[in-house]
Amino acid sequence: MGSLTKRRVLRTIILLVLGFYFLLPLFAMGEFSTRGVNDTRSLDSWAQITQDPDLVDAIITSLELSITSSVLMLVILVPTMAWIRLRLPKLQRLVEFLCLLPLAIPAIVLVVGMAPLYAWVNYFFGDSALTLTFAYTVLVLPFAYRAIDAGLSAIDLKTLAEAARSLGASWLTVLLKVVVPNIRTALIGAALLSVALVLGEFTIASLLNFDTLQVQVNLLGKRNAGVSIAVSLLCLLFAFVLLFALSYVGQRRRQTVVEE
Amino acid sequence: MTAVAPISTKPGGPTKSGAAGRSSALSYLVALPFLVFVGIFLVYPTILVLAGSFQDSSGAFTFQNLTDLTKGVYLQAFIRSVELSALTALIGAVFGALLAWAVAVGKPEGLLRRIVVAASGVLAQFGGVPLAFAFLATVGFQGFVTQFLRDNVGIDLFAGSAWLFELPGLTLVYTFFQIPLMVIVFLPALDGLRPQWREATASLGGTSWTYWRHVGGPILVPPFLGALLLLFANAFSAYATAAALVSQGSPIVPLQIRGFLTGEVVLGQENLGKALGLGMVVIVSIAMGVNVLLQRRMSKWVR
Repeated sequence: MGSLTKRRVLRTIILLVLGFYFLLPLFAMGEFSTRGVNDTRSLDSWAQITQDPDLVDAIITSLELSITSSVLMLVILVPTMAWIRLRLPKLQRLVEFLCLLPLAIPAIVLVVGMAPLYAWVNYFFGDSALTLTFAYTVLVLPFAYRAIDAGLSAIDLKTLAEAARSLGASWLTVLLKVVVPNIRTALIGAALLSVALVLGEFTIASLLNFDTLQVQVNLLGKRNAGVSIAVSLLCLLFAFVLLFALSYVGQRRRQTVVEE
Repeated sequence: MTAVAPISTKPGGPTKSGAAGRSSALSYLVALPFLVFVGIFLVYPTILVLAGSFQDSSGAFTFQNLTDLTKGVYLQAFIRSVELSALTALIGAVFGALLAWAVAVGKPEGLLRRIVVAASGVLAQFGGVPLAFAFLATVGFQGFVTQFLRDNVGIDLFAGSAWLFELPGLTLVYTFFQIPLMVIVFLPALDGLRPQWREATASLGGTSWTYWRHVGGPILVPPFLGALLLLFANAFSAYATAAALVSQGSPIVPLQIRGFLTGEVVLGQENLGKALGLGMVVIVSIAMGVNVLLQRRMSKWVR
């Protein structure tokens, strides 16, 4: 009993101290971004978020990128990963290696090799910031691969596919009507992670000279710290809501498996 | 019965066996878009960096770039990067492990755990630039804590130097994504500790100390060391937070590489940036490789 109370006290101390350590900057961001003139409070910094056309453009660009990158990721990853489990187990190791490779190559190194590549990309596709879709799809590969792999491992893909095939379904039907609905939650998880990662990405965008959200926030901070801090707080909270929602998506899958 | 028979003779049957001959070649076609995409946007840039490290500006083979890394500012940047990464990995691992433990002994589906895990995910993986601004708001020249200490306690945080924008500041900022990363990485290991082991220790007369000294501790050593390496690799690769905070000078390797990309390059040394990249990849790969070995050892126990 004595050790149990000791454990509870220790736990409370850890949670309080580290909770304070992590909440203090959040509070400071709220305080800083609501400063007015002469020690008054004002929401000017927050109001300016929507009034800066460059910032609004950058936010829209980043939102578009988060969608295009998630879609491209799903389109190239899901059919390949399902197909490899069904027909090409020989490629399993190679695909896993390639998908996890970005973990060993820091983004700052990848961008060194991408700079000359993007000279070509911009020649063929124009110099829209949306061309970052290619780079971002590479960045999200490790996270997306793990999420989708976990989803595919949880279902009996071979049996499901054989059943559908024996009933005359084409491979496309198998993919869209059997595989996708069965790993729906894993796909949502992979997409949410990609969205959060793209919205927070700075390294590649800034060094390839594209105006995304984080690049603008950084630029803006040089002349108006209040607005940058307000947007930063918003980014952190938005990412938190995404990941918090994700924790419930995962849970629902576990529940339905139990029900079945 | 009648339903079963037709299925086996359905058109799908013969076409499948007919396709079997072609299928091996054709089946690779499905994987082709993925392989082409990854080839162009991941493998090609990587090779470009690795190959460029061994070329001079005219494209001829040379070891000059790599020997330059072992001298002067570049060597210093590597040493500083390693120190920063090792120190923040250690701090992150210790406090992160404590926080993970505090969360793990709570309810598995509880709200506290969800909040801590989600917040850790945000800070560990998506912090970047916002984290730098969080720090400016807290301990920057006009930060909340800076003003509070100056006005109420009479302490000037910047009396010594502009430390926030140098290594001590980076160390402090980095703990804000290192501790959360440790929570995410270490939580599964703690979850793998079975309550039965604790009960078994207790029923044999062991105390809480005996349990951690002889059962829980030894099991957690490999995952802890593995997490330490992962944290090291993470801090070593980090760029965004440092780039947003430090706009002048390049104390660490990622910022040195920025210098090469934004044009502060001495003529004839274009490929030195690639060599710096190669150096980073080598160090990160070693840390990750040892981590994989430790994980294999761990999987014997946890699961």
